[in-house]
Amino acid sequence: MIFLQIVFDNVSHVYSSGTTFEQHAIRNINLKIEQGEFIGLIGHTGSGKSTLIQHMNGLIKASSGNIYFNGENINDKNFVMRNLRSKVGLVFQYPEHQLFETTVFKDVSFGPKNLGLDKLEVDIRTYEALKMVGIGEDLFDASPFELSGGQKRRVAIAGILAMRPEVLILDEPTAGLDPLGRDEILNQVSKLQKETGVTVVLVTHSMEDVARYVDRILVMNQGRLVIDQETRKVFARYKELEEIHLAAPQVTYIMNALRDKGFSLKTDATTVEEARDEILKCIKRYM
Amino acid sequence: MDMVKIKDLAFEYIRRDEEGNVESINRAIDGVNLDVKKGDFIAVLGANGSGKSTLAKHINAILYPTEGTVWVSGLKTSDEENIWEIRESAGMVFQNPDNQIIATVVEEDVGFGPENLGVPTEEIWQRVEDSLRAVDMLEYRSHSPNKLSGGQKQRIAIAGIMAMKPQCIVLDEPTAMLDPDGRKDVISTVHKLNQQDNITVILITHHMDEVIDADKVFVMEKGQVVMEGTPREIFSKVDELKRYRLDVPQVTELAYELRKKGLDIPEGILSVEELVQALDKIRG
Repeated sequence: MIFLQIVFDNVSHVYSSGTTFEQHAIRNINLKIEQGEFIGLIGHTGSGKSTLIQHMNGLIKASSGNIYFNGENINDKNFVMRNLRSKVGLVFQYPEHQLFETTVFKDVSFGPKNLGLDKLEVDIRTYEALKMVGIGEDLFDASPFELSGGQKRRVAIAGILAMRPEVLILDEPTAGLDPLGRDEILNQVSKLQKETGVTVVLVTHSMEDVARYVDRILVMNQGRLVIDQETRKVFARYKELEEIHLAAPQVTYIMNALRDKGFSLKTDATTVEEARDEILKCIKRYM
Repeated sequence: MDMVKIKDLAFEYIRRDEEGNVESINRAIDGVNLDVKKGDFIAVLGANGSGKSTLAKHINAILYPTEGTVWVSGLKTSDEENIWEIRESAGMVFQNPDNQIIATVVEEDVGFGPENLGVPTEEIWQRVEDSLRAVDMLEYRSHSPNKLSGGQKQRIAIAGIMAMKPQCIVLDEPTAMLDPDGRKDVISTVHKLNQQDNITVILITHHMDEVIDADKVFVMEKGQVVMEGTPREIFSKVDELKRYRLDVPQVTELAYELRKKGLDIPEGILSVEELVQALDKIRG
């Protein structure tokens, strides 16, 4: 049976309602997310991505429409919002700016401690979370401020993981990191998603990253959800993406340029490896 | 004369405890030699913590050498009387657009720099207009900066630098927080200033595709320059770049992978067209 974890039923949000600055941040969003999915959320600046994800953990209340989490309407009087916040973990942009404790271990244990868990449970969760993001024991007592950019960011993500969320939302988790740091974070998240079955929503500007990791892409434009499809199909619509100021990964353009040159090959490769194999298959016919 | 000349530069961040005793020393720059000619477009790549930003701050005289010398337009950055002249000739743009905008109206923000330099009012307005036109933001002159997108804010920051009539602009990861469109606009603006106004550009970035049109690329690792060459030369060395935690554009990587599988494709492919041409030749 399919288990629907998050459902948006015709959700809209209006900022500064009733004033001259009234602005629809998201409009009529209908969306179903199953447990364990790995979803990419893309859209240019101001398209409504941030507003959308803040609805998912109740930070922003819908102006109209309903949001269900595990079958319960989150606007119900009896719904416990506190539970939602710990079950849907939201990692903001540049989360390392929110590190504040004197040691890495203390910083990560702040969340579970606030859940009112006993010390042993807090320590276990903290330890687990740090392991999950690949931070070794040698760094547990280090000051978070002595770490590299990529390490800091992983500690910040561990702080959310220690709450054992069912859904992990990451807003631009790789911005400002070097290419290897970027791959390290996303590989860790991907591994975590496979091993624990946590649902992941990845908000990013990098089409190469979504192409490599996610199964399904949501595309936002002017507050509307304009595309909701599996990754491969979304990038086949690269001309539509360009119209809304987005793009496909570079390999999509390579494959289409080859097709236009008369090479007979499939153009739906989304990673370098897939493109390589498809080109080799095709070129052999000419050799 | 070189726009920027860096000779045997070393820089140490020294941490002291409450009594002023040295707790730790971090040698962020360790023996860098580098020349940038006037009108060049230079890119600097390197992992987080490799020393790129520390290097950039030396060009703007925000930091002074622990050892070695930095000259900007022939002026030594370690001489205090040169500081203002150096900051006038080498402007700097940082990563976060929100930290760089101070005024409530775009044109006032752009005019802030020349006003501080004591430029006459008439000329300030002329410079503001010219600078906003140069970054294609003139129509936003009376807007509030906080309603603009990240890419537009960065172009305002660049206009603010341009209004001080610099010879050189140093950009430290100016596109890290931008969406693809914003990134494209900022990079093409910088190229335009380089070509039309002969502004020397030093661009620090983690986005490999922003580097392919540079005249020269420097790669930093642990405070040292470890690679130096044209984008084609640098991107021919895929394995070496990966060792330094870096990457190549997807098309370069694909070409490299196909070459490894025995296809006769030249090294250092930088564009989709080049790869398509190479494969077309193989097909015969």
